[in-house]
Amino acid sequence: MRGMRIMAAAAAAVLVVAACGSGTSSGPKTLKIGFTASQTGAQELTSKRQVEGIKLWADQVTKAGGIKLKDGTVLTPQLVSYDDESKTDRVQALYTKLINDDKVDFLLSPYSSGLIKAAAVVGEQNGKIMVTAGGADDATMEQGFTSIYQVYTPASQYLTGAIDLMLAMDPSIKKIAIVNEKDAFSTGVAAAAKPYAASKGLQIVVDEGYDTGTTDFGPIVNKIAAAAPDAILGGGHFQDGQTFAKAIFDKQVKAKFIALLVAPPEPTFGDIGAAANDIVGPSQWEASVAYDAKAAVAANISWYGPAVADFTAAYNAAFGSAPSYHSAGGYAAGLVLQKAIEDAGSIDPAAVRAALDKQDLLTLFGRIRFSTDAKTHGKQTAHQMVYVQWQAAADGSLSTKVVWPEAGRTAPIVPRQ
Amino acid sequence: MLRLRGRSRPFLPVLLLIVAVVAAVPLVTGNPSMREELFFMLLLVTLATSVNVITGYTGYVSFGHIVFFGLGGYGAFWLMQALGVHFLVAAVLGVIPAVLVAAVVGAAVLRLRGAYFALATLGILEATKAFMTNFDPAGGAVGLSFNFSIYAQYGGAKSAAELAYVFMALVALAAIAASYLVRHAKFGLALMTIREDQDAAVVLGIDPARTKVAAFVISAVFPALAGAAFFFKNGIIEPGSAFDLTRSIESLVMVVLGGVGTVAGPVIGAAVYEWLRGFLITSPALASFQLTIAGVLLLVVVLFATSGLVGVLRARFPAVREWLE
Amino acid sequence: MNLGALLPSAIDGLLLGFVYGLAAMGLTLIFGVTRVVNLAHGQMIAMGMFVVLAVASGAGLNPYVGVLLAAVVGLAAGVVIYVVAVDRVINAPELTTLLATFAVNLIIIGTATTLLTTSPRAVDVDMGALRSGGVTVLGTHLVAVVIAVAAAGALYAFLFRTRLGKSIRAVAADRAAAELMGINSRRMLALAFGLGTALAMTAGALLATLFSFNVLSGGTYETKSFVIVVLGGLGNPTGALIGGLIIGLLEGVTAVVIPVSWVPVIEYAVFVLILLVRPRGLLGSRQ
Repeated sequence: MRGMRIMAAAAAAVLVVAACGSGTSSGPKTLKIGFTASQTGAQELTSKRQVEGIKLWADQVTKAGGIKLKDGTVLTPQLVSYDDESKTDRVQALYTKLINDDKVDFLLSPYSSGLIKAAAVVGEQNGKIMVTAGGADDATMEQGFTSIYQVYTPASQYLTGAIDLMLAMDPSIKKIAIVNEKDAFSTGVAAAAKPYAASKGLQIVVDEGYDTGTTDFGPIVNKIAAAAPDAILGGGHFQDGQTFAKAIFDKQVKAKFIALLVAPPEPTFGDIGAAANDIVGPSQWEASVAYDAKAAVAANISWYGPAVADFTAAYNAAFGSAPSYHSAGGYAAGLVLQKAIEDAGSIDPAAVRAALDKQDLLTLFGRIRFSTDAKTHGKQTAHQMVYVQWQAAADGSLSTKVVWPEAGRTAPIVPRQ
Repeated sequence: MLRLRGRSRPFLPVLLLIVAVVAAVPLVTGNPSMREELFFMLLLVTLATSVNVITGYTGYVSFGHIVFFGLGGYGAFWLMQALGVHFLVAAVLGVIPAVLVAAVVGAAVLRLRGAYFALATLGILEATKAFMTNFDPAGGAVGLSFNFSIYAQYGGAKSAAELAYVFMALVALAAIAASYLVRHAKFGLALMTIREDQDAAVVLGIDPARTKVAAFVISAVFPALAGAAFFFKNGIIEPGSAFDLTRSIESLVMVVLGGVGTVAGPVIGAAVYEWLRGFLITSPALASFQLTIAGVLLLVVVLFATSGLVGVLRARFPAVREWLE
Repeated sequence: MNLGALLPSAIDGLLLGFVYGLAAMGLTLIFGVTRVVNLAHGQMIAMGMFVVLAVASGAGLNPYVGVLLAAVVGLAAGVVIYVVAVDRVINAPELTTLLATFAVNLIIIGTATTLLTTSPRAVDVDMGALRSGGVTVLGTHLVAVVIAVAAAGALYAFLFRTRLGKSIRAVAADRAAAELMGINSRRMLALAFGLGTALAMTAGALLATLFSFNVLSGGTYETKSFVIVVLGGLGNPTGALIGGLIIGLLEGVTAVVIPVSWVPVIEYAVFVLILLVRPRGLLGSRQ
């Protein structure tokens, strides 16, 4: 049977991160948290970052002695996860299994909007609370869900901010190309960007979509080259974004501004060398963001969780690389759930749901608050994007700089050469 | 109208009863995981039984048969999502696009023989998938998804899932019954005559073109209904999962595994195929090689047991012959 | 719509068409001689990609050494597949041979997914580029065309100039008659399967020098091969090569006038149409 086969494929991949396995029989209760990870397939790299973020959160909570409730109960997080192979079919079967067989208390999400959409349906069908990281799709959060909570800034804001940045850099830009992956997330991003671009007087000279898994960007890049736009906006996820950037570079397409989704903020984007130079990417989070307890006081909300620098250091120590925004998103999803359980004082779904509805926090990931409107319930309403650009230093080495918003930038934006 | 050739043993009622009893278990025990697993197995039984009518009885290898599953799924899903039509009505109406494609395109491609027909059905599947990927009214590559409130009229998401399951079970039973009736009616004889020798069929007064199209249409109806149930339960539909070539070929594998051109073969084949994969996956030593082992077993059946499990059982145990066809 | 893209896009498509055509030649050669539609074709293309990966990233050698190696491995693998999976059912109905090769496909996919995972891979080959006006042609694409043409030429020389090649053609034309002439038809069938697989893996190896890929990348190229093979006439290698060029060009040109994502719709519609109107292919085959 399919279900069996899937649960079993996963049995091999079960990650049990609960640290206190031994000698705590009468001690803390376990808090089972289930999710799927894309250990293989299109979302592999970014999913791995997200899972590392989740693991770090669970490890730190466990080391700190668990989640302590007002009534004295101590909960130790135990992560249960399976490989979804980046496929929606598997996501649905695995979440059904997590809920019914593993009897998890709460759900976190897979990575990418397409997979989250599939997981959310199952979570909602079973009345389980799911905190999503790694999914920004607007449409998913406008389906009348009651138990799904989105940590990321919604997709509709990814490129609208990039357009503001672009026009601040060079108000003379008129012609733009929008080329996006045809999946839930990127389609949503493009759908929001197009009317916004038009409202700013921009002319969309190329408007194309490409299938998930596309490797040959030749035809699209030829079209872009022929239309000679001032700027190129779009992309989708990591792999295709990197390939697209490389194809633009290989064909020597001149554009003053290129913003791609998801890929640029990921450190390994720089592997393509000069092809990465000057490329801009919207990011949910960067290590240089200035969120701290002081800012929380200024905004009259509470600060929760570790400081940005502490998180970055701990992540580096645990996984040997700097965190990307996907890592921070995973960690934040854990924090959000932890805070809600603490506020609710129990793991009762209704109480936790009420606590999440009321939540308004500043964390290392930024401000988090969910929509309580019935139509968009659970949609993120407070979190802000930042924008990075790959810039070459004098010695030719590439690194990312935060270039927008102006208040938090580490370098000014430079036009693409 | 249906003149059945003489049968002494109640093969069909027994087969239907077994399937129905198994299907009832998760409803009685209220086990959602098991319900999900059996839903999928009943879906496979339906797909395999249906494709057997055109491929097993008639000898036309329908490679892209899953296209009817996808069309039925999309048709019903759109009706439910855009027009708020009730699932049961939508599922029945969703059959229309599948039947139309089977009748119109079928009439054209069924003129082709052998590998040409197989490749044409593959082309139809890929063309439909590529089209739906770009067809924005049906959501394009992203597909369609329900607003969750749609399940309210069925008494919540849970009862909706149960409704879909019961419906799926009934479709599977109907597909099996149809397969049996086709095989034992004069119509079935005509199909098998076409399979063996199309020119001889003409001499016998059979109109091959009409007969084949009728078989193709019958084999398209049940996958379309199954598609409606599957995507209603899932709440989302997208071209990748609606028009999956691998699943299409897998249903042929199940037919061969169970026994080509038999009634029980596709049922047994589908059950064994999924059970086997479940078994492989639960054994930690074999889990990661499950596709490899499935391939080896398929090869063994294709090379050494051409008549499938039903054929082997019938040859080994003459006593079961009357109970297994 | 911008016609400025027409020339570069047509050139890109045409160059790629040579590689598509090479892959399709493998499929059509196997069908022409053995009457088997090889469902493991796409997976062998993917395996060709991994030979290049192993040679370039694993052994650190020139990736084009991997292309040559892929051809050799393909020949051997094809013969083995024929002997193990096809020989016994060579005269059985289509469904049997289709599923026999599908079983091989499952075995290879299963093993490859386990050992290599489905993670995206890329072989970084830089052969420079030719640039003129608005047209950029990457060196890797030009080298791929040269190798594809050389491989196709070598196949023709073999089929028409050598005794073994003539025997294969004799078996393709009439197996029974060939056997009467003292040709060991089983050996020829196995050899044809080997040659077809060698072409598939060579094409895969060339694709690896152009695009990123993973274990499951063969599927797309397999369906493309089906389209090309039907276009050129099932069993006709020259037709396959020309069909490859037509499809490549069609992709390049249509992409200019319609959204790129609609190109496959046109491609498959043409495929079904040709099957209906001229099932023997545009060029027709000899039967």
